[in-house]
Amino acid sequence: MEFTLITLLNGLAYGLLLFMLSSGLTLIFSMMGVLNFAHASFYMLGAYFAYTISATIGFWPALVIAPLLVGVVGAVVERYGLRTVHKYGHIPELLFTFGLSYVIVELVQLIWGRAAVRYPIPAEMDGPLFTLYTTTFPMYRGFMMFIALLMLVAIYLLLTRTRIGLVIQAALTHPDAVEALGHNVPRVFMLVFGGGCALAGLAGVIGGNAFVTEPGMAATVGSIIFVVVVVGGMGSLVGALVASLLIGLLQTFAVALDYSLVTLFSGLGLSIGPGTPGFSVLNLTIAQTAPILPYLLLVLILIFRPKGLMGTREG
Amino acid sequence: MSTIMSNTTSVTTTSMRFAPINLGRWLVWSLFAILLVVAPLIFNKGASLSILCQMGTVMIFGLSYNMLLGQGGMLSFGHAVYSGLGAYFAIHAMNLASGGSLPIPVSLIPLVGGIFGMLFGVLFGYVTTKKSGTTFSMITLGIVELVFACSLMFPDFFGGEGGISTNRVMGEKVFGISYGPQIQVYYLIAFWLFISTVGMFAFTQTPLGRIINAVRDNPERVEFIGYNTQWVRYLTLILSAFFAGISGGLSAINFEIVTAENVSAVRSGAILLFTFIGGVGFFFGPLIGAVVGVFLTVLLSDFTKAWQLYLGVFFIVIVMYAPGGIASILMMNLRLMVYKRFGMVAPRLLLMVAATLLACVGGVMIIEMLYHLTLESANGTVMRLFGTEVDAAGVTGWLIALALVAVGALMFWRGRPAFRQAWDQANLEIEELIRKEHA
Repeated sequence: MEFTLITLLNGLAYGLLLFMLSSGLTLIFSMMGVLNFAHASFYMLGAYFAYTISATIGFWPALVIAPLLVGVVGAVVERYGLRTVHKYGHIPELLFTFGLSYVIVELVQLIWGRAAVRYPIPAEMDGPLFTLYTTTFPMYRGFMMFIALLMLVAIYLLLTRTRIGLVIQAALTHPDAVEALGHNVPRVFMLVFGGGCALAGLAGVIGGNAFVTEPGMAATVGSIIFVVVVVGGMGSLVGALVASLLIGLLQTFAVALDYSLVTLFSGLGLSIGPGTPGFSVLNLTIAQTAPILPYLLLVLILIFRPKGLMGTREG
Repeated sequence: MSTIMSNTTSVTTTSMRFAPINLGRWLVWSLFAILLVVAPLIFNKGASLSILCQMGTVMIFGLSYNMLLGQGGMLSFGHAVYSGLGAYFAIHAMNLASGGSLPIPVSLIPLVGGIFGMLFGVLFGYVTTKKSGTTFSMITLGIVELVFACSLMFPDFFGGEGGISTNRVMGEKVFGISYGPQIQVYYLIAFWLFISTVGMFAFTQTPLGRIINAVRDNPERVEFIGYNTQWVRYLTLILSAFFAGISGGLSAINFEIVTAENVSAVRSGAILLFTFIGGVGFFFGPLIGAVVGVFLTVLLSDFTKAWQLYLGVFFIVIVMYAPGGIASILMMNLRLMVYKRFGMVAPRLLLMVAATLLACVGGVMIIEMLYHLTLESANGTVMRLFGTEVDAAGVTGWLIALALVAVGALMFWRGRPAFRQAWDQANLEIEELIRKEHA
């Protein structure tokens, strides 16, 4: 019981972090049709900006300033990079962001070095939030979940209750009509791209010190968030939420389970030793298979439900 | 019905001529073969032979990748899966053969790689080619991560962190060939490169090779004329995976080791970069891309730690300003030469190239000095740059670098309108000429 609850909470925290990343990606994709390959790089930029800012003026200002900075960087990239490539179509746009992800990693190494930097969690957050049976739940993880939920509500309200949100939603499906009504659609695109990057930056600020801030951090989450977006259904925000939580829980539970098929068979009274054919497969524990589970889920989803969990169209 | 028939035949005759003795084609292929034969005789210093070998394998890999990206419009982030798994099966086959349990000569090992690459193409391609465009790209990324994660789960087959190694010198010598000396490996690679290049070029001339171009350009219309676009993509991917597997088998023979890196997203990304830099619009683009890419990775990485940054920036510049890659730049200038208009743009072109070079030298200086400061400042701030001693912490180096960038940028910016005008004028005249020829 204790194990289940704590793992559930950890899985939710990880899933919500994934959602913070994939929500920006989904927003950008559904709006502009651009799959931002460099999205995880903006997550990394957020962490590094927060590291530098929190070293000088503290964590709390960094929580606000770093995402804004990342947003500005994203907007500049859209204005002077993506917009130039836009006329060639979606594949060159994807290629552009792919090249960008290379360059950002190298620039980060150029400025902050190749080793991991020490970006600690703030002192006032360093402690247990509550104790469940005998295991303590760290306060910072609770804070992560709180920020993610806050962001979720904020996006929802922004998209459905404000004027700019309505323009964004309209530009999603009918860009020409919105343009005809006098709105500057390219500028809306720039704002959405910058906003999406800022969300990734925010995830970096709170994810960078929860995990580790290093040049490889973009690559570790990069492919997972693409899985989230495809599994959830391309361009569906709700789908991204469901898929993030699903994958967060799946991975967290799998890592903690140290059982294999051998355990199952010996429970059933069959004896299996290294001599049995296929022993290397049977002896794999669930924890060992954890890294491939999201990708396996991706393949299964594509075979049985190609439009994704919440997707509406088949792309 | 008859009008439709006559229409199609007339279209076929204009786009593809029946020429049993195509002199130009014989000439080009013979030149290619001669080049392959004499290349190691010209570049025979130090490590150049191993670089040539590497280029050969990357060329096959790049050409097979271009079957997807250039000819099919399928942007794959996971093409290394096919070459890497092909390489793994090839190296296991070699180990079995040297153990005596599998009678297969080293010369045919690439075929083993190709067949297994193809089998995995049949398996994974079924899932990936269900989609096209952006979704296809994401699924291929998922597949490559899946295989890479698996490679660490099954150390028996993939060899874990250390990989699988082998010895290519085994069994009896066949006609005195033992594959001990690197030169023999080079000619094996050259042989397979020639065969594969002919095969892949022939593919572009088959009905499937033509219809995959149509699927790239307008899948909806292809569906209307009665083709299943998914099948077309699937078959192309299977064939592409076959050639990728051959290149994997050759690299297994060349390096005598295969590690998990061979099936990684990093390797897939590298071939994407090389192919696109070379040019996806032309059949020979990936050949140029392989040469440039191997040069950048092998030679540049000896000189500078920032080579990946240069590669990334170079790639972005190509994507933004020359989406046809180096091949398209070459062909555009070649067209000017053929129509004797190159003299019109040459002086301005030279100015632009000079300006770009100046700015690049300045930019390289800035990047190198920054790298030195962040990564190697412990060994003192003085460094060697372009043959001279520069103090990365001093003002002089930075001033020179910034001045170079500024002068280069200014020259570029001032020279651009005149260059563009000359370029447009020359191309306009060429189009006028072509129109007159046809009239």
